[in-house]
Amino acid sequence: MKALILVGGFGTRLRPLTLTLPKPLVEFCNKPMIQHQIEGLVKAGVTDIVLAVNYRPEIMEQILKKYEEQYNITITFSVETEPLGTAGPLALAREILGKGRSPFFVLNSDIICEYPFDHLRDFHAAHGKEGTIVVTKVEEPSKYGVIVNHSGTTCIERFVEKPAEFVSNKINAGIYIFNPEILERIELKPTSIEKEIFPLMAHDKHLHAFELDGYWMDVGQPKDFLTGTCMYLANLAKKKPQLLVNPECEFVYGGNVLVDPTAKIGKDCRIGPNVTIGPNVVVGDGVRLQRCVILEGARIKDFAWTRLEGVSVLGDDVSVNDEIYVNGGCVLPHKCIANNITEPQIIM
Amino acid sequence: MTCKAIILVGGPSRGTRFRPLSLNVPKPLFPVAGHPIIWHHLEALSKVEGLKEVMLIGFFEDSVMARFLDDAAREFPKMNVRYLREYQALGTAGGLYHFRDEILRGDPQQLFVLNADVACSFPLSDMMRFHNRHRGLCTILGTKVARENANKFGCLVAKPDSHEVLHYVEKPESFISDLISCGIYLFDCAVFNEMKKAMLNKTTQGPYQDQDDKLRLEQDLFGPLAESKKLYVYVTQEFWRQIKTAGSAVPANALYLEQYSKTCPDRLTKKSIDGQGPEIVGHVYIHPTAIVDPHSKIGPNVTIGPRAVIGKGVRIKDSIILDNAEIKNNSCILHSIIGWDSKVGTWARVEGTPTTNYSTTITQNGVKVQSVTILGKKLGSIFTSEIRNLPVKVEKWIVEKAKQSVAEKATTSEITTASQSSTEITTTSQSPTEIITTSHQTRKERKMLKEKLKEDDLTLQHVRYNKSPPVL
Repeated sequence: MKALILVGGFGTRLRPLTLTLPKPLVEFCNKPMIQHQIEGLVKAGVTDIVLAVNYRPEIMEQILKKYEEQYNITITFSVETEPLGTAGPLALAREILGKGRSPFFVLNSDIICEYPFDHLRDFHAAHGKEGTIVVTKVEEPSKYGVIVNHSGTTCIERFVEKPAEFVSNKINAGIYIFNPEILERIELKPTSIEKEIFPLMAHDKHLHAFELDGYWMDVGQPKDFLTGTCMYLANLAKKKPQLLVNPECEFVYGGNVLVDPTAKIGKDCRIGPNVTIGPNVVVGDGVRLQRCVILEGARIKDFAWTRLEGVSVLGDDVSVNDEIYVNGGCVLPHKCIANNITEPQIIM
Repeated sequence: MTCKAIILVGGPSRGTRFRPLSLNVPKPLFPVAGHPIIWHHLEALSKVEGLKEVMLIGFFEDSVMARFLDDAAREFPKMNVRYLREYQALGTAGGLYHFRDEILRGDPQQLFVLNADVACSFPLSDMMRFHNRHRGLCTILGTKVARENANKFGCLVAKPDSHEVLHYVEKPESFISDLISCGIYLFDCAVFNEMKKAMLNKTTQGPYQDQDDKLRLEQDLFGPLAESKKLYVYVTQEFWRQIKTAGSAVPANALYLEQYSKTCPDRLTKKSIDGQGPEIVGHVYIHPTAIVDPHSKIGPNVTIGPRAVIGKGVRIKDSIILDNAEIKNNSCILHSIIGWDSKVGTWARVEGTPTTNYSTTITQNGVKVQSVTILGKKLGSIFTSEIRNLPVKVEKWIVEKAKQSVAEKATTSEITTASQSSTEITTTSQSPTEIITTSHQTRKERKMLKEKLKEDDLTLQHVRYNKSPPVL
């Protein structure tokens, strides 16, 4: 089987992290974002993956080559010369996706969930139509575009953008499976799959909705990245608690703590809930961590009395002096913070 | 030659700017660098040759001063320290004039008059030498301040060579001089004649003037003295600072600790040699009965009071920790005053903002706020919470994160003004962040708050945005 991952541009919403690392390689719960997706796809029998990108950083090619070997798959870059939206990239990758008669997956690269690709594949085969959209239920549907089914079926009737009155609580989760026939509907030009392709398919009754179980999050920006991390860790605690640090461990507080085996934790720390600590991180003595992501190689000193909060994001190689307070600071790479940041702001 | 000294201590209606701390102890007795503010005055006076008698003049209850007088008698056995209570506020000179017979008993020749609300190196012997060389009636201790701050004080213009004061104005609207009065004076006792004249002058000025016993040194006496060329200024290069608001106790504390390091370094806590004690940075005074964990970092400019308990991994800088306060593990106290019996939880951060000039307020989002965070008496601060630039009154449990947006601060101050007297309103409008005592709390509410306090880490989960997060 084949899959297309819509990576897109420079991951501007996740800056400053994406200033030094391409977005698919930013580690989510100690694993590059894209690896979560590749693993999910491989499990469902996918062997050919196309990355739809606007640019093609060298570092990404090297790492993806590694994944090709590791998972025994083929990864192809499909580079857009101009941004093609969410549908255009399918046309651009027509040759690979259209090969053979088997359906292919399409997914947005910012989505975190339990990737139910095998169930999705079976569901799609069962209804036999052109496409299936994964939908997830949300509490406040009025903020999104919602999906309304023909009553009593999974067949999609229509899409309603930001409904004022409740019509449905199901929204597009950004994961699809299509038969190759969809490619006949798409031209090679900037096109929105949600606005220009799906309504027509729904009209033709060729689009079904597959309901997602469990958590779902678009982790494309720092605040949601943290929320997504909490969801992922909570799910891990339920499904594979052995991957988390034992909640009985003396420094763990409130559970849901993921620590890479190469990381070092000091004495008298209180860590958790909802913390991930990446490879080669050093956490000093007397440190308190909560609802945060410590990326590879970061060092937190013993008793430094630094306080970071309010969705602060430190870019690559940033240092913060002792006793500093940062509230909602967004700090670009290689900066040194010597004064308090009391209001959310960007430190250039 | 015999001389006496007067310390003008004021009374309970004063010191509103010193709240919340003055709610528990009268301002002159507030401890700075391990001793009450006026203890430092007494110490300096005890070194003046021939000075045997010190009178505190004010309108506090006698009982308020009793304990301090007992301690002073023990610590300064060569001086007789007494308290003379005014029947009402008589102004800076009114009290002196009222007690003139008492003061002049034993026929002293000279009289030091010290305002209580200053921190100073008190170069009294130098002042006296200078005084004895000129023929004036009064020597004022003067110091130079930055031009922009001068108009907050009494300003002096003096002849550069003779230091005779040509002109004296109290808190002028425009710039007069950057030489100001330190509130410390040395008088020949003949000055009582001048006071009498000033008093008469006041009563003969007609029906527009209040007919009372009030007399102010600065306005009613120094003007005429300067006119008659009897006023001189001795300019000191050493430290001086007014202790006006509670927040200014922090810089005053630093100055006295600095002075200890020069004159009596034994009072300061030594740096630990073999890691036995806490890490000490700069000048630190720790009371012998305080318990400080060896894995803490203290200083510079920190005073830790009697029976305070400082936990492991605690950081304290530019702060005063008062009696019996407890700072739990890994907390960070910067530029703050922690009140008597207060408790600060683990990983909490209590922070004020350092100021450079004589002001203790700063402007934040266009609103003037206190620069020093002050926790009043018996205040419980929740674990891992954060408090910034906020004076908090007695017995208030901080349950929610105390840092608030400006809009919320305004609401708080409205509640404040509603429940307080008129003097409070001025204070509050200057510092809209003030949180008022919750004495109206019912027992049930208190119990609920205490229960809530047990839920460790409650606050961090409710991190609040003042603005939306930045977009890059």
